[in-house]
Amino acid sequence: MTGARRLPEGGRIDRGTSLAFTFDGKPLQGHPGDTLASALLANGVTVVGRSFKYHRPRGLVGFGVEEPNALVTLGPGARTLANTQATMVELHQGLDARSQNRWPSLAFDVMAINGWASRFLAAGFYYKTFMWPPEAWTAFYEKVIRRAAGLGRASHEPDPDHYAKAHAFADILVVGAGPAGLMAALVAGRAGARVILVDEMPALGGRLRHTARAIDGSATTLWLEATLQELESLPNVRLLPRTSVFGAYDHGIMAAVERVSDHLPAETRGALPRQRYWQIQAKATILATGAIERGIALAGNDLPGVMLASAARAYLHEHAVVGGQRPVVFTTNPSGYVTALELMRAGVDVQAVVDPGPRVDNETVVALHEAGVQLYWHSTIEQAKGRGRVQGVVMADDVGGRREIACDQLLLSGGWNPTLHLTAHQGFRPHWDTKLQAFVPPADVGDITVVGAASGRFELENCLADGLNDAVALCRKLGFSAKTPTLPKLQENVPYTTTACFAVENASGGKAFVDLQNDVTVADLELAVREGYKSVEHAKRYTTHGMATDQGKTTGVVGHGVLAEILKRPVGEIGTTGYRPPYTAVAIGALAHHHRGQGFAPVRRTPLHDVQAKHGAVFFETGLWHRARYFPEAGEDMAAASRREVEAIRSTVGIADTTPLGKIELMGPDAQAFIERLYCNGFSTLKPGRARYGLMLREDGMVMDDGTVWCFAEGHFMITTTTANAAAVMSHIEFYHQYYWRELDVAYASVSEQWAGVAIAGPRSRELLQKLVDKPDLSDTAFPFMAVAEGRVGKVVCRIARISFSGERAFEIYVPAGYAADLYDRLMAEGAPLGIVPYGLEAMGTMRIEKGHVAGPELDGRTTPADLGLDRMQSRKKPHIGHALRDREGLLDPARPVLVGLKVVNAKHRLRAGAHLVPRGAEPIQSNDQGHVTSIAFSPSEGRYIALALLARGTDRHGQEVDAVFPLKKERVTVEVCAPCFVDPKGARLRG
Amino acid sequence: MRITCPYCGSRGSEEFTCLGNTPPARPADDAPVAAWVDFVYLRDNPRGPVTELWQHVQGCRTWLIVTRDTRTHTVAKVELASRATGR
Amino acid sequence: MRYSIINVLKQGLAGQKGWQAAWRDATPKPQYDVVIVGGGGHGLATAYYLAKLHGITNVAVLEKGWIGSGNTGRNTTIVRSNYLLPGNEPFYEHSLKLWEGMSRDLNFNVMFSQRGVLNLCHSDAQRDAYARRGNAMLMMGADAELLDADQVRRMVRGLDFQNPRFPITGGLLQRRGGTARHDAVAWGYARAASELGVDIIQNCEVTGFVRDDDRITAVETSRGRIAAGKVGLAVAGHSSLLAEMAGIRLPIESHVLQAFVSEGLKPWIDTVVTFGAGHFYISQSDKGGLVFGGDIDGYASYAQRGNLPVVEHVAAGAVALFPALGRVRLLRSWGGVMDMTPDGSPIIGKLPIGNLYMTGGWCYGGFKATPASGWCLAHTIANDAPHALNEAMSLERFARGRAIDERGAGPRPNLH
Repeated sequence: MTGARRLPEGGRIDRGTSLAFTFDGKPLQGHPGDTLASALLANGVTVVGRSFKYHRPRGLVGFGVEEPNALVTLGPGARTLANTQATMVELHQGLDARSQNRWPSLAFDVMAINGWASRFLAAGFYYKTFMWPPEAWTAFYEKVIRRAAGLGRASHEPDPDHYAKAHAFADILVVGAGPAGLMAALVAGRAGARVILVDEMPALGGRLRHTARAIDGSATTLWLEATLQELESLPNVRLLPRTSVFGAYDHGIMAAVERVSDHLPAETRGALPRQRYWQIQAKATILATGAIERGIALAGNDLPGVMLASAARAYLHEHAVVGGQRPVVFTTNPSGYVTALELMRAGVDVQAVVDPGPRVDNETVVALHEAGVQLYWHSTIEQAKGRGRVQGVVMADDVGGRREIACDQLLLSGGWNPTLHLTAHQGFRPHWDTKLQAFVPPADVGDITVVGAASGRFELENCLADGLNDAVALCRKLGFSAKTPTLPKLQENVPYTTTACFAVENASGGKAFVDLQNDVTVADLELAVREGYKSVEHAKRYTTHGMATDQGKTTGVVGHGVLAEILKRPVGEIGTTGYRPPYTAVAIGALAHHHRGQGFAPVRRTPLHDVQAKHGAVFFETGLWHRARYFPEAGEDMAAASRREVEAIRSTVGIADTTPLGKIELMGPDAQAFIERLYCNGFSTLKPGRARYGLMLREDGMVMDDGTVWCFAEGHFMITTTTANAAAVMSHIEFYHQYYWRELDVAYASVSEQWAGVAIAGPRSRELLQKLVDKPDLSDTAFPFMAVAEGRVGKVVCRIARISFSGERAFEIYVPAGYAADLYDRLMAEGAPLGIVPYGLEAMGTMRIEKGHVAGPELDGRTTPADLGLDRMQSRKKPHIGHALRDREGLLDPARPVLVGLKVVNAKHRLRAGAHLVPRGAEPIQSNDQGHVTSIAFSPSEGRYIALALLARGTDRHGQEVDAVFPLKKERVTVEVCAPCFVDPKGARLRG
Repeated sequence: MRITCPYCGSRGSEEFTCLGNTPPARPADDAPVAAWVDFVYLRDNPRGPVTELWQHVQGCRTWLIVTRDTRTHTVAKVELASRATGR
Repeated sequence: MRYSIINVLKQGLAGQKGWQAAWRDATPKPQYDVVIVGGGGHGLATAYYLAKLHGITNVAVLEKGWIGSGNTGRNTTIVRSNYLLPGNEPFYEHSLKLWEGMSRDLNFNVMFSQRGVLNLCHSDAQRDAYARRGNAMLMMGADAELLDADQVRRMVRGLDFQNPRFPITGGLLQRRGGTARHDAVAWGYARAASELGVDIIQNCEVTGFVRDDDRITAVETSRGRIAAGKVGLAVAGHSSLLAEMAGIRLPIESHVLQAFVSEGLKPWIDTVVTFGAGHFYISQSDKGGLVFGGDIDGYASYAQRGNLPVVEHVAAGAVALFPALGRVRLLRSWGGVMDMTPDGSPIIGKLPIGNLYMTGGWCYGGFKATPASGWCLAHTIANDAPHALNEAMSLERFARGRAIDERGAGPRPNLH
């Protein structure tokens, strides 16, 4: 039997209601107000988990987020939640918790054999072995190590819960609702500031909830209740319990996660998100995050029954639960004494209070003495003993004597560490305070005000005073007239004093842990130093000290202290390892919030989406867009459908959605001059009513984008960009105009969303389009190839150009986006007698390859105009972006691959994009590599696979045969090199 | 991070895109290649205050010159790129 | 003492008392033949190969903090050689081969785990680009496999095939790729170099160079002036600052890249997976933490910390790819400072000062390059000329129009 139990009275639990829960399948009972941890203790459960490496049985050590041992797995199936601190789980009906890292059971764990072999498993042993045979590391050793390592088991099923995100703005954010934070929020709230008060626990109050002291002459609870009531009544104050501020980011942004419904049984959560991620932007932040007690490294300090004194006190006040009936308290500071006294008063038989420091007399000490508790000064606990739990301790007294004290619990208080993580996130390195024996935040932490225990002022009276005074000062600085209320009165103020005590040496050979979860011992740190890992970071990384899920909250500084002792240097010189966000572990789902599943990225659909769907389109993803790929008729696959579409366009007419092209309108006296500089080819001769193909370069001379420039009138243009680069080209234009060429009198705007439209291609395209278009006259003479005009379709304005991607007579027509679907429908109806087909990107791709038009695979950011056979376009007469660097030696290298066409020699062969080109019969090795296949298509016109490719010296090799090799599939296909144009090279159909 | 756009006020940095360090002044059209190589490729990349080009791309789309400390991310100054000198 | 199972057992019985320091914590001598600035993996590897392969042992490695404190100790430990371009791929493949022999070569288990690196693709265009790359890898002597969606599904549990925004259509797999224990690489090279006589000098910050005409004669440090025959810089993240001390401007911007690790879990994912439709990659450490990351924050920084937009973006990538990860907790995040170059490729070679050399510009791919970077820099220093493997990675490539632009993003460092 353990001494853990529920006391007959006290605590903030609802004794009238029972909650049934299970631990490792065993049915247990608790009450509302319990955490899983307190309920387990109340049921006498003291072994809650197994350790990471040696699989030693472990019990509860802490009360809140600092808990290193009590990690459990909750929930069934997809709701499995591994590595959950039992201290942070609010008990609810039906809660099902399982212990971790043990097999077959918590009581009997096979891997506990590691404990017996531990002498061989010292820190870093794995760096020194497992190197032979070479393949065995991945194939064998690592598999064994991985299986042994890790903690809980996570599900692979999709997380069924959802998460929310909220932005909050405030004048003052107060982090932590303990005495200092409450006081600060109250002052700021009364002053009229917009205040957000955040606390990670379900109930506000912090350590005020764990004290028997009186405030203003009555129980703390009363003061707390009154304060919370007032805060709740203030409309300018928002209280966020169950909310952890986990990171401090630049410019005062604080990130927090609120556990919205984790504490509710799954069936009662309704539509609530599981958690909500907050981004809080306050003008100023008050950090009242308090402090966390640390343990002491001594032999057996991991036995179940070794607990932080503050945790014992918290369980007592919050849940009326004690972890033992006969504890010994080992403390370096006043808080251990207070714990002992409060336990005594609750009927617990405290065996002794042991203090490595000198005798201090205060009311607590006197009361303990009067209650008959043995008090030892200048003494230490050397060892905790017991099988599976604490059964006694070995005390070394001030004169070198040793005695055993029988007990069922060892409560440790090795001092307090300010919770300074959020200041450290912003790069403010903590410094060592010798008097406090703790790292404290530096005086200047930017826009953050640190108050109370978080700043190293641990005494309650100082917490209250800081909260009050600093909030008053801050409010005034922000322009709020804060009144200074009178400070609450406290009795028996005891100043915080402490004695440095990180580890107690012992001759027993028992393991003294400096990291409970990762099983790091004092001996491991000694070994690390012996092997040269002396820097605090080396020691951490070599031993894994402080790297577990608790991130060393209770024993991180203990390890630094021990390291300092080994190196015989002051702790302050050793320093601390970095504190990095998050302060407490955060569900990845909360950070992703609604960006999941289909919400990961926006879906873009054109105004023609539905009408194309009506006509049978099959859509696919291209970037953010969903675009029509092909329009199958009954029984057709993609190849058959797109082939039919191509044939129809080459013989009659087809329409395709071209809306996603970027469209930018430019106006002004200097618009043409601006366009001259943006494109590498000349535009000075472009006249109103005409369009021209244009090639944009980057400054380094590589092709950035291509498109057409439509000139409607003097100083009035619209340019089109590729779909992929629409946004980038817009920014590019804005940049060059706003920064470099602001003297140009030009205005521009993206009109991509304003105009939607189609390409109408095929010999009968003109005939069809003219039926709908009232003006202009689209006859070949009035509206020849590369003509543009603004016209009308009925009463609707439109923009038309006679341009062609397909190589056929073709037009692009755009109307205001809202009319596009109607236009499409009407074209389909009017085109029916002509045999019109709707076509998709697949057919469009085939036709552009047949015509040798370059697109994404050729414009891959590494090609010059010359590489693409477009060198003639590049003007040498005018400056333009990219002109200056185009003649660098590497860009003129005659061996650069250039654009060619390919056709398979054997019409039965298939060609794949991504194949590389080698001489006929040559090995597929780098030295034979002469280029690659960029785009492929089955060409209905050629009746075989054709391709565009980049081939070294390709221009001179038309008519030659090379091999397209695809080593990934061990394929080789012989192809004939040709000009990159397979249909109508003279452009007769285009113009005719 | 927050950036104070001269037009839109203080906004989260996610509304902006950063082009990088402000490059040296763009050379004259007929400047030697070496000057262009410097302009296109070389950067001061200081540890400390740096001027950078940002665009308020999800806001007013204005290009900005932001003076920011690369050690602390503190923003000292935000100006319109269209008013900047030394470009 | 040699690391072996025998000695581990012996020392286990002897209470671990017999182990010696892994490397000598040297104090600076007045003069060295070669001074390497930067005690990360690259600098230590350079010193090791100088001593081992080129017989140059009067070498100091100067580290301003503790060895491995830069990007060596703050990366996501991925090792691969899945590059496209001939300027890159042979170098990375050489690196991968050095990884394959590293633990035995150094007598230090760096836990190089060849668990495979799988790049997922989500469109035909992406598959074609991966096909081109995979074929190039095979032609350059590396390994590569193109997987279809079914093969991907069988290989990796938990991927979203039900409701993905960007459907997974396949992937490019390099089985020989994987992960390694990052700190161990620094420690292993340090120990092996130290044994060959190299001085590893920690807490020694370089503050300037002493020049004589076109040569550097000595480096000024926080521990005094040290004369040097040749100087090699291996300080990626801070290359510009060191080069500036020598009066050289580099084509580099320093950017912050964040990385993330989850709580420890039992084996959950057995390979390295990258998401092709969002900036996200993930693997699992031997200790059980899921190690993941995404894109750089996008602004210049030396602060080793990033901001929330990227945190959210990476988390969204995680959940989009593996919907189960919503319940897994992020334990720790951190930032590293990256030398970002205008073409995304590194610079290894001579600088425009007679006896000054560098390896840097690693963008966020430096860890996998550690052995080959040291190997090539050592060769370049010893021979005063680059090896064929790093010839294309010269500083002059930009002026010559021979950028190695793997991503095709052009001369804007934060796009690579």
